[in-house]
Amino acid sequence: MSALLELDDVRARYGPVQALHGVSLTVDEGEIVAVLGANGAGKTTTLRAISNSVRREGGIRFAGKPVGRGGPDDVARLGIAHVPEGRGTFAELSVWENLRLGAYTRRGPIKDDLERVSAYFPWIEERRSQQAGTLSGGEQQMLALARAFMQRPRLLLLDEPSLGLAPRLVTEIFRIIKDLNDTEGLTVLVVEQNAHIALQLAQTAYVLEVGRVALSGPSAELQAHDSVRRSYLGY
Amino acid sequence: MSALARKLGAVTQKRRSAVSTGVSLPVLGLLAGVAVFLLVGSFTSTIFAQQTVAGLAQGAIFASLALALVLIYRATEVINFAQGELAMATTFIAYQLIKWGLPYWVAFFATLAIAFVLGAVIQLVVIRPVQHRSVIAVVIVTVGLFILIDGLVTWEWGADLKFMDAPFGNTVYHVGKVAFSRNDLGVLLVSILSVFLLWVLFQFTKLGLAMRAAALRPAAASLVGVRVNWMLAIGWGFAAVLGAVAGLMTEPTQFLQPTMMQPILLYAFAAAVLGGLESAAGAVVGGLMLGVFLNLLGQYVGFATSELRLPIAFGVLLLVLLVKPNGLLGRKQVRRV
Repeated sequence: MSALLELDDVRARYGPVQALHGVSLTVDEGEIVAVLGANGAGKTTTLRAISNSVRREGGIRFAGKPVGRGGPDDVARLGIAHVPEGRGTFAELSVWENLRLGAYTRRGPIKDDLERVSAYFPWIEERRSQQAGTLSGGEQQMLALARAFMQRPRLLLLDEPSLGLAPRLVTEIFRIIKDLNDTEGLTVLVVEQNAHIALQLAQTAYVLEVGRVALSGPSAELQAHDSVRRSYLGY
Repeated sequence: MSALARKLGAVTQKRRSAVSTGVSLPVLGLLAGVAVFLLVGSFTSTIFAQQTVAGLAQGAIFASLALALVLIYRATEVINFAQGELAMATTFIAYQLIKWGLPYWVAFFATLAIAFVLGAVIQLVVIRPVQHRSVIAVVIVTVGLFILIDGLVTWEWGADLKFMDAPFGNTVYHVGKVAFSRNDLGVLLVSILSVFLLWVLFQFTKLGLAMRAAALRPAAASLVGVRVNWMLAIGWGFAAVLGAVAGLMTEPTQFLQPTMMQPILLYAFAAAVLGGLESAAGAVVGGLMLGVFLNLLGQYVGFATSELRLPIAFGVLLLVLLVKPNGLLGRKQVRRV
């Protein structure tokens, strides 16, 4: 396995507030990596720094090449799909149009992808003309995954996929992510508050505290780690 | 029994979602009523029929310019006060091209191309730098553009009336006792066709989808790889093209002068607000209705002289907005988080 994504001492700020104080992490090809941490630890900002949605300092390399300082659209074109906080749903557009936007950077037919998406989310086909904003929260999260999938990314950035969802739906969403990773070899970097489920899913995890990496290692090790257990798993 | 109940439930659920994303029933009823009224009137009175067609032609011009306003409003969230002046300036460009010897329709399409570039460049050069500052800044820039374009055109071509060849000739067709001018029919056809082509572009092409996404959700659009800034510039380009169509279609009845689009812009603004400002279909329906309404008013209501047309139009607009603050086809945002 080789490193698909490398962050080297990445810093970011919102006006006077420093959100990232130098984050370094590595995501290997075909791996699921989880980023854990409390509110305000810099999890979301880490993803935003990768997709150039926030101005950052420090080096980011994707597939061996440095990621430029262009816009999020340039990063998307490199093959990185970012499902942001709030899921990035085009609420006013139809389900079908959301999926087509997912495939925006690609050329050629997208019919095969639609079929594969329908295999994961059977309800999408029959509700393709429904306005996306009228879907339930769980459906919107699935649509966001489907939209990212249409992009055929090499790396998927997921921001709190469990947020606001019922536990059963969270399990379902994570099962699908795991499935995509197993069968399609999709590399995933997922930010999560729900440490319990994230550590089950990921092979590697990073714990952020106030904009720095406090801990990192294989998920199994972190699960056994005392402070992680106390602070994030609650037992 | 329970199966039937479930079925009924599914049907009403479907109905509800259809209504929430579309047009409200009273408005649909109103529009159907207006259509029936115009049809019946046209079959009973020849003058009514003539005035209706002439009104539709005038309304189609309002509709094109109103749609241009809506396009920009949706992308930039401001009314482009320079839209009318831009339309007027591009009509002067067509005038110049014809003067240099181009046939009318060659000049027509060349002007549309020039208008597209002009609109996009204006967005890139003067709108983009202030767009993220504040809405007021953009509004002031468009007002500045209004004055600038007006000044430039007057400086280059002068303020006196100019004449262009009539694009559709002066033929009058007779159907039974009803006389239709070829110009009215041509204006109606060209305006509606350009609106229709633009609708197809927005609704059925990848570019159109990206432009809608960029206008609705710029941040999310850029995350899927849409070049948001380019999409906004292209949107201004298409708005300018619609404006150019409106200007060129206005010229045969108004003659060419720097102030010719100013009243049209006010009517277009009224039409856009009537339709709901966010709604493209609303702008077109609003424009057509306003055109017909004003024409019939002029025909049948003695005191409604041309001086009173604008105040009456805005009076009616005020009444409609009191009943439906979102306009006829404007919709409240349906969003579930």
